Amino acid sequence: MPGRMNRVAVMQALKKRITNEIVVSTYSCALDWIAQGERDLNYFSHGAMGLASSHGLGLALARPERKVVVLDGDGSLLMNLGTLVSIAGQAPKNLVLFSFQNNAYEANGGHPIPQANTVDFPALALSAGIPNSSSIQEIGEFERRLPEILQAAGPTFVNLHIEQGPPRAGGGYEQLYTEARRAALRRALA
Amino acid sequence: MTKTAKAAVAVASRTLSGAAIIRAVKDAGVEYVLSVPDLHTSEGVLKRVANDKELKLVRVCKEDETIGIAAGLSFGNKRALVLIQYTGFLYAMNAIRGVACENKMPIVMMIGLLTKEPDVAPRESSKFGVRITEPMIDVLGIEQHYIDTDDDISKIKPAIEKAYATSTPVALVIGRRPI
Repeated sequence: MPGRMNRVAVMQALKKRITNEIVVSTYSCALDWIAQGERDLNYFSHGAMGLASSHGLGLALARPERKVVVLDGDGSLLMNLGTLVSIAGQAPKNLVLFSFQNNAYEANGGHPIPQANTVDFPALALSAGIPNSSSIQEIGEFERRLPEILQAAGPTFVNLHIEQGPPRAGGGYEQLYTEARRAALRRALA
Repeated sequence: MTKTAKAAVAVASRTLSGAAIIRAVKDAGVEYVLSVPDLHTSEGVLKRVANDKELKLVRVCKEDETIGIAAGLSFGNKRALVLIQYTGFLYAMNAIRGVACENKMPIVMMIGLLTKEPDVAPRESSKFGVRITEPMIDVLGIEQHYIDTDDDISKIKPAIEKAYATSTPVALVIGRRPI
């Protein structure tokens, strides 16, 4: 059984390193990321579970000069596994895809994902054609490797083993996608 | 020639030019085509897109990916055409509902009606999937344009321009197989 990081601790470490990257987040990851503070270059994937990495791919293709960091859930990624092949096919150098593996559908009642604790996301990414695929289990390793991950030529896939958080009944996800945030992102990318 | 014979000739001469479709799409500022192959538009459109140096083709595994990618591209100020079959549209309806409709994104979908009988209105097709596609687009509240002959190609550019000007989705339904 791999070690487990706390997702909030991961977000806090990420916040210290993020500068002008576009950060695409979804569901529980989005709530914990936005809790670190508002920024115009945040993009919230909401409306259809599983598509955060697809939104990120579109942004990465449109803005190759800017790094795009996707904070995806394991259940979300399982819903759209083909995205790994599609990303590999386009091979955007500016795309980093973090998968937060807590082995549960936290947004849907805390039920386990299929093959919880067994499914090997980096292996899936690697076999899809993303050579730069790895996993991290300890927060110290995450903090140590993060600068290089953000600098490296992508696409990059990193699976983060995290603790399961409390089920979020009602979520609050609906409030993530607001006109104000959407307008701020458009202004920042104009 | 009898009136009936003339009518038959007129029907037989109706065509839909894939090259003209692509010109209209490019004229509307589209740079990206996002697609899962559709046999209906394979020869007339997709193969031409693949060989077009001005268009970037993004091949994906499932149709709902195209909706997310197109949304991301639009935030990066790039226009995209989603080129899919009606089966893919039906598959991706939740993504279309959430991202295109509720989140009000400019998603331009070109939807091929594979197996639709020539010169039969889609809603009168004997094929169930073909018959329900336009009503499904209506249910989502998405503006749609029927592209069946060369005369319809003039609808494409203004439809795309409007989608991006108003940040709303639009469906371009391909009735006849483009050549």
